[in-house]
Amino acid sequence: MSDYITHDKNGVSVGRVQKKYFTFAEPPDEMVLESGAKLGPVTIAYETCGELNRDAGNAILVCHALSGDSHVAGYYATDDSKPGWWDIMAGPGKGIDTDKYFVVCSNIIGSCMGSVGPPTMNPGTGKPYGSDFPMVTIGDMVDAQKALMEHLGIRKILAVIGGSVGGMQVLQWCVRYPEMVVAAIPLATTTKHSALAIAFNEVARQAIMSDPDWSNGDYYDGTKPATGLAVARMIGNITYLSDESMRLKFGRRLQNKSDFSYNFDADFQVESYLRHQGAKFVERFDANSFLFITRAADYFDLEKQHGEGSLVKAFANARAKFLVVSFTSDWLYPTYQSKAMVKAMKKNDLDVSFCEIKAQWGHDAFLLPNERLDIMMKGFLNRVWRETA
Amino acid sequence: MSGVKPHKHKIKYERMRFDLRVVAFWIEPGSKVLGLGCGEGELLYYLKNNKQAACTGIEIKEDRVAVCIAKGLAVLQGDINEEIDDYPDNAFDYVILSQTLQQIYQPAKLIRSILRIGKKGIVSFPNFSHWGIRFQLLFKGCAPISRQLPYQWHNTPNIRVITIQDFRHFSKEAGFKIVKEVAINTHNRNRSGNVIRFFPNWRATYGIFLIG
Repeated sequence: MSDYITHDKNGVSVGRVQKKYFTFAEPPDEMVLESGAKLGPVTIAYETCGELNRDAGNAILVCHALSGDSHVAGYYATDDSKPGWWDIMAGPGKGIDTDKYFVVCSNIIGSCMGSVGPPTMNPGTGKPYGSDFPMVTIGDMVDAQKALMEHLGIRKILAVIGGSVGGMQVLQWCVRYPEMVVAAIPLATTTKHSALAIAFNEVARQAIMSDPDWSNGDYYDGTKPATGLAVARMIGNITYLSDESMRLKFGRRLQNKSDFSYNFDADFQVESYLRHQGAKFVERFDANSFLFITRAADYFDLEKQHGEGSLVKAFANARAKFLVVSFTSDWLYPTYQSKAMVKAMKKNDLDVSFCEIKAQWGHDAFLLPNERLDIMMKGFLNRVWRETA
Repeated sequence: MSGVKPHKHKIKYERMRFDLRVVAFWIEPGSKVLGLGCGEGELLYYLKNNKQAACTGIEIKEDRVAVCIAKGLAVLQGDINEEIDDYPDNAFDYVILSQTLQQIYQPAKLIRSILRIGKKGIVSFPNFSHWGIRFQLLFKGCAPISRQLPYQWHNTPNIRVITIQDFRHFSKEAGFKIVKEVAINTHNRNRSGNVIRFFPNWRATYGIFLIG
């Protein structure tokens, strides 16, 4: 997902929030990963908004996408220039109403925003994990979230919500821990990456791995592979937009000039935009984390892992009520992929709602203000809340 | 948990569109219902909140789907002809096709599907043999325009004209049973109306059929 975070236009916000940490799986009781590798201790960074009811029945877990973090809404400090990444959706009276629900968002393992990941100190060596970090899957990320939810005293989650790679976690939750999930909202996501999606990820990873500064993943005491990561981000950014959104946003307009420079400077606005996005990303994200998370997304295959090749079978144990949403211009996870999961849910007689929202902003549409998405999320959550009462 | 009390969402029977009231009257409480082309979900909302029915809707228009979901209904955006195929046999107690039959390309196929996935089907449509329509054709010589079918020949979404009489013949041909039928006189989005007992094919603006 791209960076769109802005202050709420009506000034409504959940207010001050805190970045908290939870550590579990201390050796010798390490977490056993899907690959069979062991990881421990496992620290998770998380944020909570709203109040947990006495019966812990109003918890909503928000799963972030590839480059997101646990800072879902509100502000760490009063002078923060930006709120959390989904401040437009989570807050008092918003789509995810923090006056009613207790919202939890945790940083996925493998990331670099506070949870254990490649830049974390490896207690075995006293150095950052780097290339020693084990491959984590979407399932492993969900297992870590489950440990956090149990730590918070939440046995049943009212709704698990997420877009893109966050949506994969939502789906994984529903099939792996069906008894814990009352409702689920997978947005702009898929049950498995298409060859197109894997191809873009591969090119992005190659950009990082061909940067000499990457040093096979062990660069933490030297120079970061900044160029590789910036190019990887630029590739990602293209897939988050759409032909239409790029035409509207940039067209063939030139950046601060009236004619070509006749060299390889950023002449076009679109070039300048991508370079800026790439450079900004390098400041906040880790190249190894990018490799690990994109790999986890590529490996994710719900029907292979849970349905012996059948998507219908994969949802056989799911019990959640679903609201599936796709966006017309999303070419990374096109609507046909959402429709395929909806079909499998229907065949399992699950309670499912589906809407394809007309939006020109490509895959990123789920992060942008959208009144239709707000009212659907609100109405759907309201219903599941009422039906559990 | 402090949920909203269910009766807050009950709506008055009299406030519903007249044709939908007839349909709602036929549905047993606690049934499982699928509404094909459910629009903004007026009927499903009533059935869910007043008859404790488990409702699902299918609607093609995004804005209407959003309204339904915002109301707390389970609704899928899609083409009814395709979406209906995904459900297992006898998945619903009732499958409702309200005022949409005149737009269906393959009615026999759709009705077969309705009766495959539903124990009962409810089908309603504007009656094209109402005297007003007959008179327009007879005296004006123009393609009839009525409050139920308010379109010109060149901009109508309706690809078929159906009469109550035709539907009875069709049931024999297509091999399904008419369990109940009601002819009513009401206008398109009207709350008032009455049941027509005599000469329905002449006098009714809509026919509503319970099929099995």
